[in-house]
Amino acid sequence: MKPALRFLAPIAAFAVLALAPAPASAFKVFVSNEKEQTVSVIDSGTLTVVHTIKTGNRPRGIMLANENKWLLVCASDDNRVEVYDTKTFEFIKNLPSGPDPELFTLHPKGNPLYIANEDDNIVTIVDIFEGKILKEVPVGVEPEGMGISPDGKYVVNTSETTNMAHFIDTATNETVENILVDNRPRVAEFTPDGSEVWVSAEIGGTVSVIDTATKKVKTKFSFEIQGVNKDAIQPVGVRFTRDGKKAYVALGPANRVALVDPKTYKVEKYILVGQRVWNVAFTPDDKQLYTTNGTSNDVSVIDVASDKVLKSIKVGRYPWGVVALPE
Amino acid sequence: MTNANVHRFDSSRTRLGLIACAVMMAAVAVAAMPVLAQDVKPAAPEAAAPSGAQKPAVMKINVLLARELRDIAPPLSLLDIAPPDDGIGGAKLAIADNNTTGKFVGQEFILDVIQNEKPEALVADVVKKVDAGAAFVVVDASPKTILALSDALKGKTALLLNAGSPDERLREEDCRTNVKHTIPSRAMFADALVQYLTWKRWSRWFLMVGPAEEDKLLADAYRRAAKRFGAKIINEKTYTYEPGSRRSDGGFEQIQQQMPSFTQDVDKDHDVVVVVDEGGLFGEYVPYRTWHAKPVVGTAGLYPATWHPAVELWGGTQFQNRFRRMNNRNFRELDYNVWMAIRSIGEAATRKKTNDGRQLIDYLDNPDFELAAFKGQKLTYRKWNGQLRQPILLVTGKLHVTVSPQQGFLHQLTELDTLGIDKPETKCKAFGN
Repeated sequence: MKPALRFLAPIAAFAVLALAPAPASAFKVFVSNEKEQTVSVIDSGTLTVVHTIKTGNRPRGIMLANENKWLLVCASDDNRVEVYDTKTFEFIKNLPSGPDPELFTLHPKGNPLYIANEDDNIVTIVDIFEGKILKEVPVGVEPEGMGISPDGKYVVNTSETTNMAHFIDTATNETVENILVDNRPRVAEFTPDGSEVWVSAEIGGTVSVIDTATKKVKTKFSFEIQGVNKDAIQPVGVRFTRDGKKAYVALGPANRVALVDPKTYKVEKYILVGQRVWNVAFTPDDKQLYTTNGTSNDVSVIDVASDKVLKSIKVGRYPWGVVALPE
Repeated sequence: MTNANVHRFDSSRTRLGLIACAVMMAAVAVAAMPVLAQDVKPAAPEAAAPSGAQKPAVMKINVLLARELRDIAPPLSLLDIAPPDDGIGGAKLAIADNNTTGKFVGQEFILDVIQNEKPEALVADVVKKVDAGAAFVVVDASPKTILALSDALKGKTALLLNAGSPDERLREEDCRTNVKHTIPSRAMFADALVQYLTWKRWSRWFLMVGPAEEDKLLADAYRRAAKRFGAKIINEKTYTYEPGSRRSDGGFEQIQQQMPSFTQDVDKDHDVVVVVDEGGLFGEYVPYRTWHAKPVVGTAGLYPATWHPAVELWGGTQFQNRFRRMNNRNFRELDYNVWMAIRSIGEAATRKKTNDGRQLIDYLDNPDFELAAFKGQKLTYRKWNGQLRQPILLVTGKLHVTVSPQQGFLHQLTELDTLGIDKPETKCKAFGN
């Protein structure tokens, strides 16, 4: 924690020191750089890039698997998912993914992997250990967001041009409900208790809250930022703290992350970050939130306790996805 | 608005050639996907029917694409020859996109294409189809024919969506409530380019205008933009040119002499040459041949466009891929303008959950209507003249350079309305302005 404090103004440092609980261990944070064929590895303690992994073309979706031993990266233009060792950063193997994999999610049991194939109107289901495609599920045009319920019962996929959230039953691997949301849905994220799934609509400028039990949109909220053109407010990434008390929504070219109360759906704060912020991820202790700022080639690190930006860290070109490794 | 976007049909060639071509394309289409030019079925994956969901009775929505085949001279560049299915490729993609959504909500879109070189026959055919239940007519025709269609459809439940004519008067003095426009007007194109010239501080122009009637109209749009954004036209010349047999072997020797001499006798203090040549007669000959070393913009060099086959902005990659897989060629501006028109109908049908023509037409003006069209923001129709407001790309032959509106050009409602003639200055009366 000490190195991180270096970056705070001396006055703020006092306050944070007083508030901060016992120092956490440092985590590795992986950031995919869409236009650079790399993944930047950040140390959450020193807030510096400690390593750069060379990947395939157009790395986008990024996540952990195999008890956090593997880092999975969607190499979209190479039509595969690449597997790297999270300790050594060495390449392990490729997984078949179907064409143009963009985002994916893993079953809570650790297998299989559900991949959105943006160019092919399907979700591909892959066994990550066998490296085998199990099934292709037809969905709408330009599948993108992938969320899975905490109990593993439903995968929710968004289709950007069809403007729907597709509920896929993981028992049968078939779509059971197709829910219309606003234009260009990007990310689907379940609340930690699994009762709701939030779907961001980039062009629509809204987040639809879908009730998991009824599979209906129960409410929808939007954003308003003084001095920012409404057209520039484009929600993409959505994440909840593990206790379900805070939600963060990345707002694209509005260059801000919204802090939302998941109980009231009210925006409590807009946090200024870098340019065209798309995806966000917490450290495993929920103390830091990392945001990928595509146009400014950096990530902003937000201190979750104070909801203030600690630092901007330069990464590769057009950072896209982000995930943190528990140590 | 380069020569590439003036969709030409070379009727000097034999009809047989066209038919052969069309048959070939159809064959390719059959092989590639379950889509035919005249009857488009859902084109999403074959196994696409969503299992688990109940299947309600399918609502059918008929969309007509009407093209007036015009006699336009062939382009200077082989790359700019319009394919016989120009616009139709975009229609097929839009129908397929609509139908992928449609299969989840019980809607099916059916495309019907009418092409004719005789305006009267085209109008009669369209009226017949509208009377048979097609409420949406996407049209690629001359301004005169569009107005004739509008008159013929007056009082019927039908909407014309103009995808091919940038003519200002269709949005101004001759605006009609039963016509919407997905292609921008000349003033919108000109403003898009001139905003960028302003940002570059290329404010002293040499305006080089072609002889065609359309060129005069486009030159007017550039003069208006110059005034609006504080540029100065310090030279202006009209270029008259006898096209002759343009694609013969040779010709560069003479052009290499002609262009420098034509551009020599002007105030050399201009920043940029603004070429106005909608017909594509000479514009492509200007870059690299001017007497003074100046960049060329307008209809050659850097030009405004609604779409470009190389643009991958805002998720455009998959959009380009889908088009190429389906049509085996580049994705052109007319295709995109038609796609926007048919997707507008699709968006209305998805949201309103109906195939009732009147309700769908009305929904395009609903404040909730928004079209996502790979431009990074939602597109809507101007209620006071039916024009789709949209960002406009500034491109070269290979790639985009930027997208307008440029940063810093502000508007009290939407920055998209910094492009073109705005509500307070419109001459359009039909919408009760």
